[in-house]
Amino acid sequence: MYRYDKYDQAMVDTRVEEFRDQVRRRLEGKLDDDQFKPLRLKNGLYLQLHAYMLRVAIPYGTLNSAQMRALGAIARKYDRGYGHFTTRQNIQYNWIKLAEAPDLFADLAKVEMHAIQTSGESIRNISSDQYAGAAADELIDPRPWCEMLRQMTTFMPEFSYLPRKFKIAVIASAEDRAALRWHDFALRIVQNASGEIGFEVYAGGGMGRTPFIAYRIREFLPTSQLFSYLQAVLRVWNRHARRDNIHKQRMKILVHDLGQEEFTRQVEEAFEHFLSLAEDFPQAEYDRIAAYFAPPPFEQGLSDEIDLSDPAFAAWVDRQVIAHKAPGYAIANISLKPVGGIPGDISADQMDVVADLAERYSFDELRATHAQNLVLPHVRKADLHAVWQALVEAGLADANLDLVSDIIACPGLDYCSLANARSIPVAQKIAERFADPARQADVGELKIKISGCINACGHHHAGNIGILGVDRKGSESYQLLLGGSGDEVTTQAKIAGPGFDEDGIVDAVERAVEQYRTIREPGERFIDTYRRVGMDGFKEAIYG
Amino acid sequence: MRILTGNDLKTGAVTWWTGYDWSIHVEDAVDAGDQADAILAREAAACRVNNPYAIDGEKAPDGSVRPAHIKDRIRALGPTVRPDLTLKPADPDARNWVI
Ligand code: HEM
Ligand code: SF4
Repeated sequence: MYRYDKYDQAMVDTRVEEFRDQVRRRLEGKLDDDQFKPLRLKNGLYLQLHAYMLRVAIPYGTLNSAQMRALGAIARKYDRGYGHFTTRQNIQYNWIKLAEAPDLFADLAKVEMHAIQTSGESIRNISSDQYAGAAADELIDPRPWCEMLRQMTTFMPEFSYLPRKFKIAVIASAEDRAALRWHDFALRIVQNASGEIGFEVYAGGGMGRTPFIAYRIREFLPTSQLFSYLQAVLRVWNRHARRDNIHKQRMKILVHDLGQEEFTRQVEEAFEHFLSLAEDFPQAEYDRIAAYFAPPPFEQGLSDEIDLSDPAFAAWVDRQVIAHKAPGYAIANISLKPVGGIPGDISADQMDVVADLAERYSFDELRATHAQNLVLPHVRKADLHAVWQALVEAGLADANLDLVSDIIACPGLDYCSLANARSIPVAQKIAERFADPARQADVGELKIKISGCINACGHHHAGNIGILGVDRKGSESYQLLLGGSGDEVTTQAKIAGPGFDEDGIVDAVERAVEQYRTIREPGERFIDTYRRVGMDGFKEAIYG
Repeated sequence: MRILTGNDLKTGAVTWWTGYDWSIHVEDAVDAGDQADAILAREAAACRVNNPYAIDGEKAPDGSVRPAHIKDRIRALGPTVRPDLTLKPADPDARNWVI
């Protein structure tokens, strides 16, 4: 993975000291809240329901064991012993004290991490495939391009005061594991007829109150022109954005106002201009970055056999383990969704366990997924049993990847000051309702996603079953949505009908699932059945 | 009744106006009545509490103060999904006070 050079380290260290000074002045009363708020947000420090909340960036979801251990140590030292992995492959802490934040940032900087551009109108952490560099189906490792983009867009003045936040994703496989078309700007690495590597480009996606699925705006962009192209996109947005109306500032609004054709035309025009400046990086720079992502030294001649005589282990392998590109290796998913637990939460002790496993069995590498789980990307098949045993001991061995209890949920009203309703208790009740592993296995792949308000941090628009918390005359209420997806066939979920209270929504989800079981055809997942029969095929079963 | 709340500058902890100071216990909150705006202006300038504001509260039959909106009751107690991290970890009825 990428390692900071002396410039990266100097920039981050300088930023820590700058923030230390800003905090000092705030504590001395020399800065008021209005003056200080933009400064803390530039460093990912929010004020939430119970305390300051810190969002730390995990670039494209990749981290090493020293970083995971540091995240655990921070949870213990500055927070209350746990952290929360988010749908954008970041981690959040809920109980940070302002006076201690500068020391926390110094600790992060020691392991080459920070919280810059995790808030505000900037280019946020770039997301990617959690199996990057390991997946059997990828064309190349997309992470060097993520890192190139990260370097291009960090501290870049034109991108520091954008009209609104800007989210980028990069993948390199046909299967989309990163919800590509729900991003403002997204790249899929492809190969053209003459064997050249380039990007298929998407723009204008996003969730929030006005959800849009990104359009494809270019079939093939040569990799050497990426910077010019991204600048062109941002220039068009910067030029026309509705800075007068916070609800219309996201690029998705502009793209869909102008339409695919006109937006593309303007981007191509600006692109010509940027190309003429000849500011794109040389190939040598890509080669330098890509060298950091050279595959680890996989052993040759390993067996692909896994001893599955232990049924509990076999069930875990069946659900959590994914094909790796190197013979004898596997990708192991770690569930952060124990039935009755809080989706994405992990204790400091568990972080240590996971860090140890990565160090010992996965070439020191870990990944955070947008579904709020973790991944050991490079495990020898022969080591899977030992990994599983350690996970069992740490309470991390649930076998529910992509099943009904693998629920994405935002923090909701338990933690978030923008929330209308709690998300976590709903996730817990649904998981408990379907706790029986045989029942979950029978239902099969089903992605439930819950947001506590219209901002859609819990991806409800992309849920096969989505749940949205709303405020109904001062009490919590929940809308049910069906038919969303964030994979290569991206669709937006539709509202099924009137809302429910907390227990009512759990019953409604169960009725939808039972209806699917009644009408499914052989081999159909929930989403396939929904696509075949539409909302009409479910409505009566849900509402009677 | 109008009660005043904010987050402590240093710790971020939720605090309530007691008539002369800020407390983390909502039980200590007092009705600021028509003084609310004046106190808020003074306290914002004092930089002890972030962004203080007034909310509606009600007096329960036992005389204790209860914020009118669920959001402020969750603020007053702590996350309902982590009773161990709330101000009343040993009180099994605390959650009922919120919901
Ligand atoms: C608790 C503090 C949080 C605050 C204040 C917050 C705020 C927001 C806001 C205002 C938006 C809408 C932005 C827009 O449409 O312009 C948003 C979107 C989003 N947030 Fe959060 N969020 C929080 C936590 C989280 C967490 C914990 C996650 C992951 C679990 C998350 C992931 C997202 C995602 C994926 C979106 C949708 C992005 C899109 O519109 O494409 N956020 N958030
Ligand atoms: S969706 Fe709403 S409630 Fe949930 S984290 Fe985002 S802003 Fe908060």
